[in-house]
Amino acid sequence: MKYKILNFVRQAALILLVIWTVVSLVTLLIELVPGSPATTILGETATAEQIANFNQKHGLDRPAFFFSYDSGTGFSWNGVNNRYSDYWIGLLQGDLGRSFRTDRPVLEMIFERYPATIKLALAAMLVAVGIAIPLGVLAGTNKNRLVDNVASFVALLGISLPTFVVGPFLVYIFAVKLGWFSPTGSFYPEDIILPAVTLGAALSAILTRMVRSSVIEELGEDYVRTARAKGLSERKVIYKHVLKNGLIPVVTILGLQLGVLLAGAIITEKIFNWQGLGLLLLEDGIAKRDYRLVQGCVLVISVTYILANSLTDLVYGWLDPRIRLS
Amino acid sequence: MNRLSYIGISIAAVVILVAVFAPLIATHDVTAQNLATRFASPSAEHWFGTDALGRDVFSRILFGARISLYVGITVVSVSGVFGIFIGAIAGFYGGIIDKFLSGYVFNVFLAFPGLLLAIALVAFLGAGLGKLILALCIIGWVGYARVMRGQVLKVREYDFVQAAKALGASNMRILFTHIMPNAIQPLIVQASLGMAGAVLSEASLSFLGLGIPPPAPSWGTMIEEARQYFSNYPHVLFFPGIAIALTVLAFNFIGDGLRQYLDPKQRTR
Repeated sequence: MKYKILNFVRQAALILLVIWTVVSLVTLLIELVPGSPATTILGETATAEQIANFNQKHGLDRPAFFFSYDSGTGFSWNGVNNRYSDYWIGLLQGDLGRSFRTDRPVLEMIFERYPATIKLALAAMLVAVGIAIPLGVLAGTNKNRLVDNVASFVALLGISLPTFVVGPFLVYIFAVKLGWFSPTGSFYPEDIILPAVTLGAALSAILTRMVRSSVIEELGEDYVRTARAKGLSERKVIYKHVLKNGLIPVVTILGLQLGVLLAGAIITEKIFNWQGLGLLLLEDGIAKRDYRLVQGCVLVISVTYILANSLTDLVYGWLDPRIRLS
Repeated sequence: MNRLSYIGISIAAVVILVAVFAPLIATHDVTAQNLATRFASPSAEHWFGTDALGRDVFSRILFGARISLYVGITVVSVSGVFGIFIGAIAGFYGGIIDKFLSGYVFNVFLAFPGLLLAIALVAFLGAGLGKLILALCIIGWVGYARVMRGQVLKVREYDFVQAAKALGASNMRILFTHIMPNAIQPLIVQASLGMAGAVLSEASLSFLGLGIPPPAPSWGTMIEEARQYFSNYPHVLFFPGIAIALTVLAFNFIGDGLRQYLDPKQRTR
């Protein structure tokens, strides 16, 4: 019990440390902007007064960090009155600052768009699992036969085909030629199908390979021989015994991939004009140089990714007692 | 090596040859615009047709291979060397250095989804070839470091390393002449898959408008430009799409084949 608590505390500390670093990096990224955000936003024709007002409004007139370096004066200590502290104080109060462009709270803008991205990621995951389990089982139970080779080839093809190639082709076939779905936007419930398939294609390929090797490994175990010896049908052996154990590593990959899907959704959202967080980051954040919004989006996606990964670790340990013991 | 990896090697060889001899093979100037012939279908004059500005798609794909391979090779070399060095240090010295590197630094870099970190870096730094390569190296090195650390941890316990230690060899000598050559094998797989990843990431960032700015013929940029017109002129999207898919597929095939070849457990499977 003591070991369990210690382990949990250690893991939680590491997660907090990683989140702290990620937030710090995102906070300081704004310092990389060539020139100043004020000139970028207001344009070259902005007066000194306009720039000063902008900087004051967004706290950009304050020092960036606790200390600064100048080639003339060397290191100087700025104290706690700096932008890095400001961002942290705001963050702890649930405030990610205000958009440079629209002056709206960044968190509000993100929360408006995040549900659409989560919906898309979950739909993609559903598509991926729906394809991967039957295909992986088929390949694993027919090891080195034609079916296996074809399934493995399709899986590798799925991994190699970029989203921005798959997406437009799906649109061309199913929206333009067949007219089954609308090519962009999300006006009807079924409009999620094409984006979900596009986003889930690579994951389904990864999962298929995973299920295949899991099935092959489990088929060699003693309990499978026992199940067969007591006269169970092959179908029952596979779906009741082999798959149950073989799915444990798949759960891990699914958890880890949820974060990847949330990040990868950026491209899919662009292709289908899906009004999610990715499109907010690209069109309202990066294209309009709204750096505060970019910071917020990157932060929210990264923290979701970290939490999804950490949660997967916990679920994995709970699912497989061998991992808990080790 | 399996059959697919030979297919991969053949495709990769073609892509490399095409990239090297692009100026000799190209039928047109890649930036020459001719609005009179925009969206021309594939023909004897324009093998893969022309794009929205009347530029020859075939020639642009040839030169696009140069960009993709240049980015891929640079990213794999720089991030590979850096990652191998850091991974070797972590694995060999262990203790607090390893705890800091593998327990903290690696986790921080893995905590960011790779593409998002690259997007964030390029968004703040600004677009351009050098910045794109820098961003891809920053997200790429940790994969090599993790594999190398694991390998070094394994190899450093072997008898010949203990023998070298007993003979009084210095740490650097043990690391570079005894451990590294025996730990490097899985890194070759990593490099091949890393090449596929770098080509894909470059195309993805260019597609998002964060990579190499036009009129440079990056495959990702070509797809982005073609996207608006592809419902009427599918060829402008089809050919660059095939080029990316084949190149990535080739390096994935090679990596996969090498992994199976180097892992006896998988070889028998």
